[in-house]
Amino acid sequence: MTLTFAFDAILALALVAVAAWTTAARDMFAAVAGSVAFGLLMALVWVRLAAPDVALTEAAIGSGVTGGLLIAVGARLRRNGASPGAEPPGAILRCTAAVVCGLVTVGLGAIVLLSPEPAPTLAPLAARHLPQTGLGNPVTAVLMAYRAIDTLLEVVVLLLALVGVWSLAPDRYWGGRPGMQQHEDPNGVLAFFARLLPPIGIIVAIHLFWVGSVAPGGEFQSATVVGAMWLLAMIAGLVDLPPIDRPGVRLGLVVGPVVFIVIGLAGTALAGAFLAYPPGHAKLLILVIEIPVTLSIAATLGLLVVGPPQRMPPG
Amino acid sequence: MSAATVFGLCAAALVGLGLFGVLVDPHPLRKIVAFNLLGGGVFLIFGITARRGAAAGFASDPVPQALVITGIVVAFAATALAAALVLRLVDETGRVTLRSAGSGGGPSNDAHS
Repeated sequence: MTLTFAFDAILALALVAVAAWTTAARDMFAAVAGSVAFGLLMALVWVRLAAPDVALTEAAIGSGVTGGLLIAVGARLRRNGASPGAEPPGAILRCTAAVVCGLVTVGLGAIVLLSPEPAPTLAPLAARHLPQTGLGNPVTAVLMAYRAIDTLLEVVVLLLALVGVWSLAPDRYWGGRPGMQQHEDPNGVLAFFARLLPPIGIIVAIHLFWVGSVAPGGEFQSATVVGAMWLLAMIAGLVDLPPIDRPGVRLGLVVGPVVFIVIGLAGTALAGAFLAYPPGHAKLLILVIEIPVTLSIAATLGLLVVGPPQRMPPG
Repeated sequence: MSAATVFGLCAAALVGLGLFGVLVDPHPLRKIVAFNLLGGGVFLIFGITARRGAAAGFASDPVPQALVITGIVVAFAATALAAALVLRLVDETGRVTLRSAGSGGGPSNDAHS
């Protein structure tokens, strides 16, 4: 008890310390690096809160993909040599902001300390209907059955974010390839790892995908691993990203949401509600949805990280 | 003090720190980083709600957990869009700032000088 409490307290202090350092660091790049460390510590906290599914997502997306994106953006800002921006605001404004933020923290802390006992929970409801979904992992059941509409909208939000990112491309690059052409040494260490890791990564991704129905894992974690393997091969110069107006790219991006919506509409006819599954077929239908959704999420995550097209379209 | 309480207080501190960074830091990329700290704090509050709602044989209520997974993915999408906006802004203006070129000595500076 005391040992686990000590661990929790140290972990919480480390998390707050990294966050404070990220906020206070003078160097922009140091702040970005701090945010990667923050994500990894957060993943540990999720394990301590008995939420391994969230821990996997946090480590993969919150720390890994977000960190990679922010480091790439930070490096590009530094390379561009853009002149530094505005001065920080003056002392009065900063003090006011500090007081306001302090009050928010105190208020939230009070809510945490004064929250009701026993805490409200939906766990018994989730447990009661779990056998009908055919799934063993309650978090996957919430994501794919009870609250499938949230997951559908989330996949659509990812796609809309990509549309937003692409629409920031200068006109002359529209229809071109995203990211810069990579010229890595084909016999170098990076290219070696980019050949070695993807087969392992794909097996890990398939494992995460498959165990997601009964154990921690699932399509988001799996998709992130696939997307990361794709980015690795791209950074090493082994594959180039396709031009964004290629039909195959568009198809890969929308196939997940489209299958999701079609099965949802079929549920209206067969089971009486949008995204309802006919009794006895829930697990099969969830699997049919998850496979294309995983591919679409992997493609969307990878393309979100590399950003808008930066090269002239071919021809 | 239980793990949920410890990390709940930690979450409250993270929200405060992140909010401070979003309000005060003039660098747009660092505002994005601060926004993610703020989001991390909010997700943690969901996390302790889930942990405190342990019942029916689950160590943690699965509903808030699923909401947080959705939230992490959406936060990433928002981060990617915001980062692309910052890069485009810098390409257009050559300056890493959200303040428009004309207002360098404008009223926003006078207000706190």
